[in-house]
Amino acid sequence: MYNIKRDHSRFRGIVKGRIKQDLKKYITHGEMIARKGKNMVTVPMPQIEIPRFRYGDKEQGGVGQGDGEPGDPIGQGEEQPGEGEAGNSPGEHDLEVDLTLQELAEILGEELELPRIEPRGHKTVKAKTEKYTSIAKEGPNSLRHFKRTYKESLKRQIASGVYSPDHPLIVPIRRDMRYRSWKTDIKHENNAVIIYMMDVSGSMGDEQKEIVRTESFWIDTWLRSQYKGIETRYIIHDATAREVDEDTFYQTRESGGTLISSAYKLCEKIIQTDYPPTDWNIYPFHFSDGDNWSGEDTRLSMDVLKDSLLKMCNVFCYGQVESRYGSGQFYKDLKEQFGEGHEMVILSRIENKEGILQSIKDFLGKGK
Amino acid sequence: MAGTDFLRTDLTAELAAIRDEVQGYARGYGLDFFEVIFEMIDYDGINSLAAYGGFPVRYPHWRFGMDYDQLSKGYSWGLQKIYEMVINTDPSYAYLMKCNSNVDQKLVMAHVYAHVDFFKNNQWFSKTNRKMLDAMANHAVRIRNYMDRYGQDRVETFIDRCLAIETLIDPFMPFTVVPKPPRHEAGAPSDETDDEAKKREGTGKLKVGRAYMDSFINPPEFMAEQKRRADENRKKGKRALPDPQKDVMLYLLEHAPLEEWENDVLAMIRDEAYYFAPQAQTKIMNEGWASYWHSKIMTQKALKDSEVVDFADHHSGTMAVQPGRVNPYKVGLELYRDIEDRWDRGRFGKEYDECDDIVAKAKWDRKSGLGRQKIFEVRRVCNDVTFIDEYLTEEFVERQKMYTYAFNRRTNQYEITDRDFKKIKEKLLFSLTNRGLPFIFVREGNYQNKGELLLWHKHQGLDLDVKWARETMKALADIWRRPVSVETEVDGQKKLYTWADGEFK
Repeated sequence: MYNIKRDHSRFRGIVKGRIKQDLKKYITHGEMIARKGKNMVTVPMPQIEIPRFRYGDKEQGGVGQGDGEPGDPIGQGEEQPGEGEAGNSPGEHDLEVDLTLQELAEILGEELELPRIEPRGHKTVKAKTEKYTSIAKEGPNSLRHFKRTYKESLKRQIASGVYSPDHPLIVPIRRDMRYRSWKTDIKHENNAVIIYMMDVSGSMGDEQKEIVRTESFWIDTWLRSQYKGIETRYIIHDATAREVDEDTFYQTRESGGTLISSAYKLCEKIIQTDYPPTDWNIYPFHFSDGDNWSGEDTRLSMDVLKDSLLKMCNVFCYGQVESRYGSGQFYKDLKEQFGEGHEMVILSRIENKEGILQSIKDFLGKGK
Repeated sequence: MAGTDFLRTDLTAELAAIRDEVQGYARGYGLDFFEVIFEMIDYDGINSLAAYGGFPVRYPHWRFGMDYDQLSKGYSWGLQKIYEMVINTDPSYAYLMKCNSNVDQKLVMAHVYAHVDFFKNNQWFSKTNRKMLDAMANHAVRIRNYMDRYGQDRVETFIDRCLAIETLIDPFMPFTVVPKPPRHEAGAPSDETDDEAKKREGTGKLKVGRAYMDSFINPPEFMAEQKRRADENRKKGKRALPDPQKDVMLYLLEHAPLEEWENDVLAMIRDEAYYFAPQAQTKIMNEGWASYWHSKIMTQKALKDSEVVDFADHHSGTMAVQPGRVNPYKVGLELYRDIEDRWDRGRFGKEYDECDDIVAKAKWDRKSGLGRQKIFEVRRVCNDVTFIDEYLTEEFVERQKMYTYAFNRRTNQYEITDRDFKKIKEKLLFSLTNRGLPFIFVREGNYQNKGELLLWHKHQGLDLDVKWARETMKALADIWRRPVSVETEVDGQKKLYTWADGEFK
């Protein structure tokens, strides 16, 4: 109350500023992914403190109370209930900042100067939400509104003269009962689907996958901030392609050859069965080290892309993760086929973790 | 005060009855307190008030928001909960959490009355402003006005800098000297003209209020001595330095080239620092006193049979001991009880101290019955340092299982180092003296004759933390607007840290 909300948002502003400053570090380390909850990300950062002259914690030591022999380790001191000061307790205090994915996306968007995405204009998908906004006289006990019921009861008792302030006993009767009640909202929303494809042939190592994982986390975060209902599908491929769940997607390591066209065909099939392009914004992302088995298959892939995928998608993104074994030929092939500044085919080369930030910008910088 | 009217939330009839009951018991025991106004607020209200140090109206600053953030998280994760909050004003305001059960409220009321008794009677609080609620609200208005005029970011940044030095005050000053009036106010009455003042400068002559007093205040012998000293210093190439000044904030107020609004902001933050200083000086005593009395009042008078378990649960929660820190509630409470017991049985004085017969000592009981009187005396005259120094005994330390700990670099963890009484007492006193912070003084404001600020760290065995010193000096240099240095020691060697032109050396 009072002005604390304003001071609080001031503090949040400072915190977000720091995250923005260190965004590259956070992205490169990829530590946010592990801390993702349902709609929140917990970001660790060093405690923000007012500086003052003081001794080092480790220099100082202190006095404690309890059992133990000299030489026994003591655990870290917890904060005292009801005390703000970090007085003589050992240990550094880390700040844990909760951000909603929306806020994180905003920070990403501001830092990378990402344009808002213009959805393709079909608002056909209906989302139903139920909101508990009103009060009813009938209802199940689980929805009982305690405060309203109490008030009704109080009103009745005062009106009938039964209430005594010195002995404030309130007994609700059936007529007093109030229940929460809901309304159904129907909203028209733009829906979107992201289809991740990854080459898991022998040449894609753990480091390459880590890069793909980090990058897709941020792409997800951004696209989620732009679309209400978003779905994700995962395809892995070597010489054949198959659809998998998220965990498998990042963990599988196959070996053998690479036929990129197999993935594109599967992607095409998924879109055709589940995501009619008139209703959906479609974002296929393909990550590979750029080694395809044959020129024959590359040609086939280009055909699928040109004749089918590009007609259905918002954009098609190809990210080439550099690896020691890959030749990187596929990037060159795509570039030759579509040219560098193609409207719908976005190409990006990710040399190492440091390159993730730029690559995200490549992919999302067009606002499509 | 208008600002608090809307949060005035009166007690229910039931709680008002409990309040009157508890208040009666407290008076019956001889506690002597200001009027206490209890207010009921919810957890969010209590978290925000706690972030504001108990005051409903404070100036805007992000750190309040940060504290609020942490308190709210601690509450929602079930790690901590504030039961009680009370502020040192007359009348005193205390806040009760709405959702607490009646037995909790009873306990809190007893606790609060003892706190207010402490505020009113402990001598270290005697110089605090009992109308601080108004002062805080005034500060808030003034700072908000400055923010409107000069921009929120600019003012907030300046506040950040002032806060970095808010511990550099001298809590004993209110008791030793009359604080000098700030420079924009009129000084002591004097008929000295500006010309005369200028002439006097550098001669070592003392300021004279009335011209006819001159020959008494500055007699010829004294002037000769001053001249001799000045010559000597000149010969040695030294300038006469004034004594180091502990109140760095005051020094800056008087000498830093601040704009008027900055001067005002610094003065307000210094006022608030002085207001809160006694609470930091008496943490153990104050919490111990309140815990002693809530326990006494509850167990002997106020508690109903049905409430015993809840009371015991919550009381033991406050008394809980965690590794690696001293719980001021626990140590304070036990120490008061120990003192009461010792004075009840006459276990003090030369005869007792010099007795080396263990059996006789263990059985010692002179039936003096002075315990209660003694603890009231202790709560009047002591602060944490003198409390521990005077009354912490070897037996007590042993009974309370106290130990010292230190960081072991080899194993990379904190470890218990000792259970030796002397070492424990020494370490505890060290952590309480000057709030466990380094002693920093102003040495001079014209260092190297270049208008630089020179501070002095009175080294007492521990080196300054360089990282923190660097940030603090940066803030200082921003206020002083010239380079700032601090003389200290590192690993036993003299060392001069300097912040100059954005660089730290």
